[in-house]
Amino acid sequence: MSGLLDIDFLEINLKNPIIMASGTFGFGREYAEIYDIEKLGGIVSKGLTLNPRTGNQGIRVWETSSGMMNSVGLENPGIQSFIENELPFMQSLNLAHIINISGTNLEDYVKACQKISREKVDMIELNISCPNVKENNTPFGIKETTTREVVKEVRKVVKVPLMVKLSPDADDIIRIAKICEEEGADAISLINTFKSFAININEKKKIFKNTYAGLSGPCIKPIALRMVHEVAKQITIPIMGIGGIVNYQDVLEFLMAGARSVQIGTANFINPKVGEIIIKDLENYLISNDISNISEIIGIVD
Amino acid sequence: MALIKYNKPLKSNFYLLKISGKYEAKMGQFFMIKKDSQFMFLNRPMSVYDLENDGIIFLYKKIGKGTTVLADCKKGDEISIHGPYGNGFPMEVEGNIALVGGGTGIAPLFYATKQLKKTCKNNIIHVFLGLQEKNEFEASFNNYGDLLQVNYGGFITDYIPYEKYNTIFSCGPELMMKKIEKQARKLNIDHYVSLEKRMACGVGACLVCTCQTKNGNKRVCKDGPVFRGKDIF
Repeated sequence: MSGLLDIDFLEINLKNPIIMASGTFGFGREYAEIYDIEKLGGIVSKGLTLNPRTGNQGIRVWETSSGMMNSVGLENPGIQSFIENELPFMQSLNLAHIINISGTNLEDYVKACQKISREKVDMIELNISCPNVKENNTPFGIKETTTREVVKEVRKVVKVPLMVKLSPDADDIIRIAKICEEEGADAISLINTFKSFAININEKKKIFKNTYAGLSGPCIKPIALRMVHEVAKQITIPIMGIGGIVNYQDVLEFLMAGARSVQIGTANFINPKVGEIIIKDLENYLISNDISNISEIIGIVD
Repeated sequence: MALIKYNKPLKSNFYLLKISGKYEAKMGQFFMIKKDSQFMFLNRPMSVYDLENDGIIFLYKKIGKGTTVLADCKKGDEISIHGPYGNGFPMEVEGNIALVGGGTGIAPLFYATKQLKKTCKNNIIHVFLGLQEKNEFEASFNNYGDLLQVNYGGFITDYIPYEKYNTIFSCGPELMMKKIEKQARKLNIDHYVSLEKRMACGVGACLVCTCQTKNGNKRVCKDGPVFRGKDIF
């Protein structure tokens, strides 16, 4: 370990600021067959809910220019099955493991967080921003009142570090981030996918059964970067930047804009080994630019 | 990245694409392929049509945006390829075998026929293909199959003497595989189907290619693409 990429995020010492985003990396098992994922700073679990979910019907993925739309709908085994069957694997890995928790109502959010909070986990990422859940046409993270409510109640039961994942569709993302901070969130991750739409013009029908889907990939990166930059100026808790990162240059932009670490999602689909490539490239960048630790560049662009 | 050796247009918008390099794969497995283009963001899953010492061959049909980008590729172009992924067809099977392919579903069956000829020397291997029109690739099945029957424009399922077979591999339109499964169930034939779905990761992580089975949701890319017919229909 060169120490070039070491960075603390809350109390967690990350080997590097590269974390794999929820829903793009499963629980780590599949990618562990492809490369040494312990090179990564961390992974965020697939989004989990209190009860198992079978996910959405119909087409779940649609390609668009420089991006993709997904309508998975939080298919997951439920928190109990996760704790029994998947968490031990995540805990066995020498990297930060962050558990992503979703819900469709306040009670489920609190119960799921309570359950996972009793286990040994590095952090919870509270997903208040999934656009793909039918019962929940307006995610909690869109409105200030519902954001405040869910973060306040979840905070009461969560003993581990709590990070809240924001939606780019929020009424006012800066206000939402401030509310999370006020209600005791330890960190913020942004952004989740954009609510988006696609139509089959030949059939004159919508592509997705659930009508709207989540847009991700390089096409959202400049907006995500702008949001990270805006939010970073207004809050004091650390930020994980997410949105269309595909290479080390993108990572550097997010860090310079004020993120303390980043999450990589869709890029895993393009090249399953993208994580290790980005880490190597980041090291080379720091060496050739004579930077002794990556933390030196965080937020340096005002 | 690898180099394209040829990308040969055939009738009915079919193409045979050969990519250079050394590859290994079990029959029924697939690779993720992508050309660097603004019109192709995600990889395309393609099952192995054939493996040669100096490259891998895919049979595809130009249908949508992605395959249109692929169809424009020329000899010497660079292309990204990774894999193999998926479970593949079972290696050891019992008795007489029929392989039934419809349209692009034919793609995995050539390599399967070739492999079966090696691993199941004593079994009879019959191939049934459903196509729109006569195509030049079909004759190569004669090199490995003990019988080749092709139907043009109709239903290949009407021409299969089901009672002769102990095992069937099928790949093609859902209706075709469903019809075969109906017969397979009646006659107690081991029927394996290879499914096709839109994919993103190809490795089992993203859950966009989930299919419903009798045993709950399964990932076509990781738990499949080959399933038992009775678990799907």
